[in-house]
Amino acid sequence: MDPVVIVLFLAIVLLTLVITYYAAKRTKSTGDFYTAGGGLTGWQNGLAIAGDYLSAASFLGIAGAIALNGFDGFFYSIGFLIAYLVVLLLVAEPLRNLGKYTLADMINSRFNAKRVRGAAALSTITIVLFYMIAQLVGAGALIQLLFDIPYWIAVLIVGVMMTIYVLFGGMIATSWVQITKAVLLMAGMVIISFIVLMKFNFNIGAMFSEVKTATSHGADYLNPGIKYDDPLGTISLMLALVLGTAGLPHILMRFFTVKDAKTARSSVITATWTIGIFYILTLFLGFGAAIYVGQSEILAANPGGNMAAPLLAEAIGGNILFAFISAVAFATILAVVAGLVLSGASAFAHDIYGEIIKKGKASEREQMLAARYAALGVSVLSILLSLGAQYLNVAFLVSLAFCIAASANLPVILYTVYWKRFNTSGAIWALLSGLGSALILVSMSPSVFSPVEGAALFVGNPIFPLDNPALVSVPLGFLGGYFGTIFSKEYDFKKYAEVKVRANTGYRG
Amino acid sequence: MAQPKLSSEKDNRVDFERVESSPQFKKLMENKKKFIVPMTIFFLVFYFLLPISTSYGTFLNTPVFGDITWAWVFAVAQFVMTWVICSIYVKKANTFDKDADQIVNEQIEKGGNA
Repeated sequence: MDPVVIVLFLAIVLLTLVITYYAAKRTKSTGDFYTAGGGLTGWQNGLAIAGDYLSAASFLGIAGAIALNGFDGFFYSIGFLIAYLVVLLLVAEPLRNLGKYTLADMINSRFNAKRVRGAAALSTITIVLFYMIAQLVGAGALIQLLFDIPYWIAVLIVGVMMTIYVLFGGMIATSWVQITKAVLLMAGMVIISFIVLMKFNFNIGAMFSEVKTATSHGADYLNPGIKYDDPLGTISLMLALVLGTAGLPHILMRFFTVKDAKTARSSVITATWTIGIFYILTLFLGFGAAIYVGQSEILAANPGGNMAAPLLAEAIGGNILFAFISAVAFATILAVVAGLVLSGASAFAHDIYGEIIKKGKASEREQMLAARYAALGVSVLSILLSLGAQYLNVAFLVSLAFCIAASANLPVILYTVYWKRFNTSGAIWALLSGLGSALILVSMSPSVFSPVEGAALFVGNPIFPLDNPALVSVPLGFLGGYFGTIFSKEYDFKKYAEVKVRANTGYRG
Repeated sequence: MAQPKLSSEKDNRVDFERVESSPQFKKLMENKKKFIVPMTIFFLVFYFLLPISTSYGTFLNTPVFGDITWAWVFAVAQFVMTWVICSIYVKKANTFDKDADQIVNEQIEKGGNA
């Protein structure tokens, strides 16, 4: 391994440990542990949202997808960004006004029913575990490539680091790891994009002309349709991306770390600008990699295209830039998995243990212990699952996570805030029908069954044609909530009046 | 730092149904709806027009500037739209905040049943 790589790698490990040390001293209550005491400012939280959201799949995956598939790779960038308008206009402020630590808190501000809390916790835990396995397996493979160490050691390093952050530093450490990572990542993106643009004398048109001849796709590279030639499949994917974000537990949790809805709003604005600039820059990384690295070399390094960005860094900036970008990728992975552990732990410890088993009467000490045990449990479980999943093709897990978030969590959030007649039976049906249909449809889809060996989890013909079933499962989630509600006579307009007033005024008395 | 909910006794003292049916609150909800509903419909339509038109047609493949086609212009327009809506929303939300604070101060703090 290159000594520069080792130095930068250790620098990041050390920096995050220092952050955790200081955060641990400030983590005194469960509120500190889950939500940093609600004390983050708008821009801090905005950067942390960006740090939580921009996973290695975004950074390395999209750069690779654009390098290999041209315009089609850019679809992800667009969907991941527009999703923040759903978050900003419909979800962030009522969520902040109604909730305390978790999604279930927010729904239960209206219903106060254990069954609803249990169903919401179940959907959160499912999303977190699937998303986490995808992240850890991806991380193991990446670190293996970047630093040339065995897969299991790579997973263990990431796993141990995330456990340390969350266990000792809770949300304060997690937030600052995410902020640090967001700054490093943006710096890396800007540096690479600047060098690429400089090579074209800052003439974007010239870059487009050059890339047209740089790949085996020729002029088609600049046109949509290289990868996504199935219209319904494309639209379904775009639906999952735009609606799923607003239901991802680790993103939702970030809105409880600020003091009020106004700060939640300003953090979404910071996040949207940061994430938007990031996704625009993925274009220069993708094109740059297609031109200066070349598709055959990108594919040779990793069939998924994940090495496009680091290889581009090496091609245009030598060893030092390669080492820097690898270190940034490592920091990226750490920040995202830490956020996931925390949101999984909050569903176990706060919702299931604290509110359902202990009926909200657990002492502060018990709650804190439960939170830490849950964090440890979620970490160990996901490390073990990821170690076993090394040779599985886990790409479908990410689409599954987005799909469950869009089909189970989002309908219930929107109904809770905006629908007067909505009731407990509707909430449970929305959650279970969204969760169930996403799980069942993905398990019958081409990302699980493929006639080509190794292309998916199992060999066989898919029963359901769409990789990403959002086009079917999202309406099912909404319909489940609708029918569950109208077939039950229960309603409580008085409670809804309270929820509506609280959600829209931020009154918390 | 956000205050957790106080005891339920206090909750019962505020008549939320009364606040909800007050003209000020109705006006706030009306203003919010007038902004959020059309904006949401607009951005979702604008967003889905891109994959729909690239999936069912090739007309976006015509060049605009040199080798840059309409598809790319439309794609970048999605980013511009996001930032513009964000900025408009912040301005709008500030007026909502004012109205909301007024409702809290005048109606709730003095007791919704006053």
